[in-house]
Parts: sequence; C-alpha cells; structure tokens
Amino acid sequence: MTATLVSLYIFVLACFIGYWVIWGVTPSLHTPLVALTNAISGIIIVGALLVTGAENAGTAAEIIGFFAVLLASINVFGGFLVTNRMLAMFKKKGK
Amino acid sequence: MEISPNVQAIAYLVSAVLFIFALKGLTHPASARRGNYYGMIGMAIAIAATLLGSGVKNYGLIAAGVGAGAVIGAVVALRIQMTAMPQLVAALHSFVGLAAVLVAIGTFLNHKAGGAVDALLMTELSAGVIIGAITCTGSVIAFGKLQGLISGKPVVFKGQHALNALIGLVTVALGVHFAMTGSAVSLALMTVLAFVLGVTLIIPIGGADMPVIISMLNSYSGWAAAATGFTLKNELLIIVGALVGFSGAILSFIMCKAMNRSILNVVFGGFGTESSGGDTNAAAQAAQQGVKSASVEDAIYWMEDAGKVIVVPGYGMAVAQAQHALKDLMELLEARGVAVKFAIHPVAGRMPGHMNVLLAEADIPYDRVLEMDEINPEFATTDVALVIGANDVVNPAAKTDPSSPIYGMPILEAGKARQVYFVKRSMRPGYSGVDNLLFYQDNCALIFGDAKDVCEGLAAALKGGGH
Repeated sequence: MTATLVSLYIFVLACFIGYWVIWGVTPSLHTPLVALTNAISGIIIVGALLVTGAENAGTAAEIIGFFAVLLASINVFGGFLVTNRMLAMFKKKGK
Repeated sequence: MEISPNVQAIAYLVSAVLFIFALKGLTHPASARRGNYYGMIGMAIAIAATLLGSGVKNYGLIAAGVGAGAVIGAVVALRIQMTAMPQLVAALHSFVGLAAVLVAIGTFLNHKAGGAVDALLMTELSAGVIIGAITCTGSVIAFGKLQGLISGKPVVFKGQHALNALIGLVTVALGVHFAMTGSAVSLALMTVLAFVLGVTLIIPIGGADMPVIISMLNSYSGWAAAATGFTLKNELLIIVGALVGFSGAILSFIMCKAMNRSILNVVFGGFGTESSGGDTNAAAQAAQQGVKSASVEDAIYWMEDAGKVIVVPGYGMAVAQAQHALKDLMELLEARGVAVKFAIHPVAGRMPGHMNVLLAEADIPYDRVLEMDEINPEFATTDVALVIGANDVVNPAAKTDPSSPIYGMPILEAGKARQVYFVKRSMRPGYSGVDNLLFYQDNCALIFGDAKDVCEGLAAALKGGGH
C-alpha cells in the first residue's frame, strides 16, 4: 500500500469519527462548535511552519510561509479564545 | 533538541485524540469548556512537535508570524461583540482558506527548489489551492454581506449558473494541466480563477441563508486543511480536516432541513428578499389588511398574570440588541410567578446557534432556552407567545398552504398559544417574502416598534406595578 493510500484510509476513517462526534453536539452550542472547528482548522499552521522553516526555502517561499503562519495563528488564538469566552457565558439557573 | 519522526508522529496522534475530545466536550454546556482546553493543549502539542521536528530549520520568521498572529487573534477575540460573531467566523474561515493556498504554493516552490515535483503531489496541491481559494473569497463575500458592506440581497443575473460552471471547468482543466506539466503559469491562472469562483458562488445567496453558508464554508475550510494534509503527507492535518469538514457538512444539513430546502436550492441561491427600514404608518397599514395592532400596555395586561410565557427570538432581536432588555423582562415576570421560556428555531439568526449565544450573553440560563422539538408541545398550554424579530419561523402557511414557498418548513407553533404578540418594526413580510398567516388569527396582535424599545417598555410597565 502506498503512502497516499494509507493517508486515504486515515481520511475516510476520520470522516466517520467526525460524523459520530458532531451529531452528539447539542444544538445550543452550534455557534461555539463553529468557532472551535475554526480554531482547530488553524492546524494548517503545521503546514505553514513546514513551508517557512524548510532548510531549502527560498525568499519567496519564506515570505509566503510567513503570511500563512500569521493567518493560521490568528485563527488558532482568536478561535480558541473566542470559544472560551462564549462557553463561559453558558450558565445554569442558580449561580 | 530535535525529535525523531516517530516521536513526532506519536505527538501528532495525541494531538488528534485531544481534538476529538474537544469536539466531544460540546455534547453538553457543562463539559464544553474543558473540551476547549483539550483543543488548546492538542494545538500546542502539534505546534511544538512540528517546530522540534527535522522539517523546521529557521525560526525567525516563524516567531514573528506566530507572535503577530497571537496578538491580533487575542485582541479580536476579546473585543468582538457577540452579535458580530457570524462576521468574525466568516473572516476566520477566509484566513484558513488563504493559508491553505499559501501553504500549497509555498510547498510547490520548496519542492521545485529541491528538484522533484511528481504528478501526484501536484494534483494534491491543486486540490488544496482550489478549495482554499474558494473558501477564502467566498468567506470574504459572506463577511461583507453580514457586516453590511455589500447588500445582503441575492445578486442574480441571467446565465449565472452557466458562468459558474464554465469558471469551475476551466479551473479544474488548469489544475489538470498543472499536474501534468508543472507549469507555473497554469498554477497561477488556476489560483486566480478559483478566487473568482468563490465570489461568484456566494454572491447569489441572500442574507438569511447565511446559517447554511457559514456552515458550508466551515466545511470547506476543513476540506482545505485535509487536502493540505495529503500534500504534506501529514496525517494530523488529514484527521483534523476530516473532523472539521464533517462538522460543517452536518451543520449545513441540519440548517437545510430546518428550512425544508435542499443544499442545492440554497447554493444556487436567489431566494428571498431583503427588507430595510421601517414603515412609519405600519399601524394604519395593518388595520387596512385586517391585522390587529396592540400597545405595550395590552401585552402587559396579558402577561402579568400569565402562567407561562414563551419568547420566540429571531434575527430582529440581534439587530436591535434586545437580549439584555429581555433578560430584565424575564426576571420581572418570574418575580410575579410567571414561567418564562425561550423557543429557538434552528435557523434563527445568521449562524447556527446564534440566538443561544446572545441569550447566554445576557445571562439567561441555558435550561430556559429550548429547541424547536422540545418546546413545540408546550405552546398549547402557554398563555402568551412573544415573537421578537422572527417571522417566517412561526408562519402557519408552512403547514397549511402547499403553494407557499416555505411549505414543509418545520415551524415553532406559536399560534397555538392563547395570545400571540409580535414585536415588529413594520408590516413587511419576512425573508421569504411570504405574508404571515398568523397575523390574521384572532389571538394575534402586532406591537410596532424597535425590539429593544418594546422590551424595555414591557419591563418598565411591569416595574411600575403592572396594570
């Protein structure tokens, strides 16, 4: 099995996990869900780090990578913090 | 210190598991915050493992990028108003999309410098660029519509779908050409066209369909990350991309079902009208059409001695920022022994769960806020249903009139309450452009005014000892 096929296996199985986990999310938390998935899709930062930090990266790749790191970081930090802020507001009766 | 590829792979696995637990945490508000912390830890592990791995040699630009991004992200996250959450989410989606495009192009440049770029890699790169670019500009348009920078009206013209299909086909053809020849010109053209396609795909979709579009772009941003994972042979990106992709897809499905429309119907757009401003002679217009209008005092007369009041909030509540006034009203009613609940339609507002967050912001306990299926049986035993800034989601035409464009859409059965009050600015119909049959029911009356002013008026009347 080639590396790409292994990746495909992982991808398809992860889709099933996503399917089961997301159906369990309560509708009242759908906005925090979108914000949280936004934060974790900031995982693209891993790709950005690899492009920017590569040993053979030329100037163009470095500049492109820098902006990718910047954008992904905004997502990671902004996404997790705003999710946290929202979730802190959900309270039960009787504080 | 440099960690081996195997250690890095284990770290990525731990990180992926933490992300799954993060999403799992959102099953209940009580476990949600812990879930979010799992997510943060997962992300920290992933970033640390990448930086310590053999793939990263230069740290200067990375430190600058992460530092600046952290500051911008934190400031925005802490300052943003809850009513502006849909815009923020749209903006963040566009960042993920653009980052995916940049990573794909950067990877191409690095591989080219290293000599070898095979056809498979270039195919994966093309997928990442196309999905990322559509996510990026599509989200920018969604942002513009939500922020009011561009009209929320659907922009439709003749031959629109044919044009989109043509752009799509040429984009894919350029991708194939790029994969076969490695031509940088094809890559560049493909990127530009995919950016254009993002604009032309989202422009025909109206403002109130934004819950679907936000969910769909959320999904795209996940697929973009997954495509990048294939390019970089990075399993963590693939797993996270699949999780996020499915999350958005399921939300889109839920939203479409709540409108009884297919995803294609929403995506190909052109649905709905945008109302703007209020009519000054709304009451006169109402009388002409045989619709009763009521004053704040009339409503209080019914509400102050009621057993149960259900509030149905909609986008109008968000626009008027009426949630805090509603919370005061709730407390005053409860002090008089009136049970107050809130009924949420899945597509109320501009993104999934929008109303829940606004009510939570106003300190309204989440156990008072119920979803459509939970609350519908309760309307029959309710004294007053107070509909604030919502319209189509309570329109009985969805059940009774097969010729109506909203026929088949599940609704909140507010009309079954003994008395229904609508807080509205004007007689204008809802987003669907359909007249609301509920207005003509004997037990229904309209209170004309801004949602916040009316709620404050209701609260003030109660404070004054009621009737």
